Amino acid sequence: MAAEEVTLSSHIQHHLTNAKMCSTDAGLAFNKACADSGFWTWHIDTLAWSIGLGLIFLWIFRSAAKKSTTGVPGKFQCFIEMVVELVGDNVRDTYHGNSKLIAPLALTIFVWVFLMNLMDLVPVDFLPAFAGFVGEQAFGMDPHDVYMKIVPTTDVNMTAALALGVFILMIGYSIRIKGLGGFIGELTLHPFSSKNKLVMVILIPCNLLLETIALVAKPFSLALRLFGNLYAGEMIFILIGAIGLMQLPLHFVWAVFHIMVIVLQAFVFMMLTIVYLSMASTKSH
Amino acid sequence: MNLNATLIGELIAFVVFVWFCMKFVWPPLNGAIEARQKKIEDGLAASDKAEKDLELAREKAAEELKEAKTQASEIIEQAKKRATLIVDEETTRGQQEREKIIAQGHSEIESERNRVKEELRQQVATLAVVGAEKILEREIDQAAHSDIVEKLVAEL
Repeated sequence: MAAEEVTLSSHIQHHLTNAKMCSTDAGLAFNKACADSGFWTWHIDTLAWSIGLGLIFLWIFRSAAKKSTTGVPGKFQCFIEMVVELVGDNVRDTYHGNSKLIAPLALTIFVWVFLMNLMDLVPVDFLPAFAGFVGEQAFGMDPHDVYMKIVPTTDVNMTAALALGVFILMIGYSIRIKGLGGFIGELTLHPFSSKNKLVMVILIPCNLLLETIALVAKPFSLALRLFGNLYAGEMIFILIGAIGLMQLPLHFVWAVFHIMVIVLQAFVFMMLTIVYLSMASTKSH
Repeated sequence: MNLNATLIGELIAFVVFVWFCMKFVWPPLNGAIEARQKKIEDGLAASDKAEKDLELAREKAAEELKEAKTQASEIIEQAKKRATLIVDEETTRGQQEREKIIAQGHSEIESERNRVKEELRQQVATLAVVGAEKILEREIDQAAHSDIVEKLVAEL
């Protein structure tokens, strides 16, 4: 029993470990050799899958864009235009400024995150097992030392990168629209304010603390919401995958439920991005 | 689970994807959608206008038809009146003609009768004279006795 438990937990552990790459003194090293390489470690599976899916997204939409006509659209173009209109409508409803960046940003986030989340529906053992097989046959590696996490959004680096990009844009928009003074004022003169100069000076640190937390909480919540949802979903898929034959109906039920999570999380990430950027570019205070 | 260099790689990928999307994907797709929306809007407006025009044309045609009908019935009415007038006129004329002809006939008959009467009177006079001659068995001076004969003739 004890041995079996170890195998199960190591199986899960194996599924939750990224393929790592780092450079050491002896050249490029992989996986376990990178255990203590610190920050300069690359999750090559996350990078490969996310960039691959991003390229698929761009290729699909670019080919639709190249063929787009103002006449009667084909079915493929209709589908692509449906997605574009969904994003465009949400941007128009929420973001009232004038920006050429928000809509394509929202579209990229929505479709890219959706595609990455969609990888969650690929049965959990297929690609890791295939990667292990290839690693063993082609490179003579121990298949247990070949890691393959195919859902990039279950890697906090991925979601944090998206959130960081949005955060940089938030600050950029704030400064561009309200000016540096306006941005700093927003951080320091609010929510507590006083007519008395002395009281105001005392209140500024409190405001700065509160507003900074509020500002930083946005990218954190963006990154961790997506990561948490997908990580938990993936975890449950792995657990279901480990229980033998009974996994089939359970897997089906969870997968059907997960379809909603996949679309919803992509949509929520997109919507919040638009909302945050809209907040950053309105002079409300 | 630790943050590492992957974050930087993904951030670069994100920026590149968004840039590409902004440059080459969004504008043509959105442009096509907006152009088509404009086209459909124009088409709908045109069809609305055409419908309105058609309605107007239909109304106008109905009006014109009505007018034509009124005109036609007016013309027919006039023609009927005219026909009655002509018939009346002709009847009157015919009547007059008939009366004239009848009058003429009457006068002709009258004159014929007078002539015949005169002739008869002459013949009777002659006959009377002849008879008288026969009775008298002698030559009667016609000129001397003509006044008697004339009297006789007038009495006939």
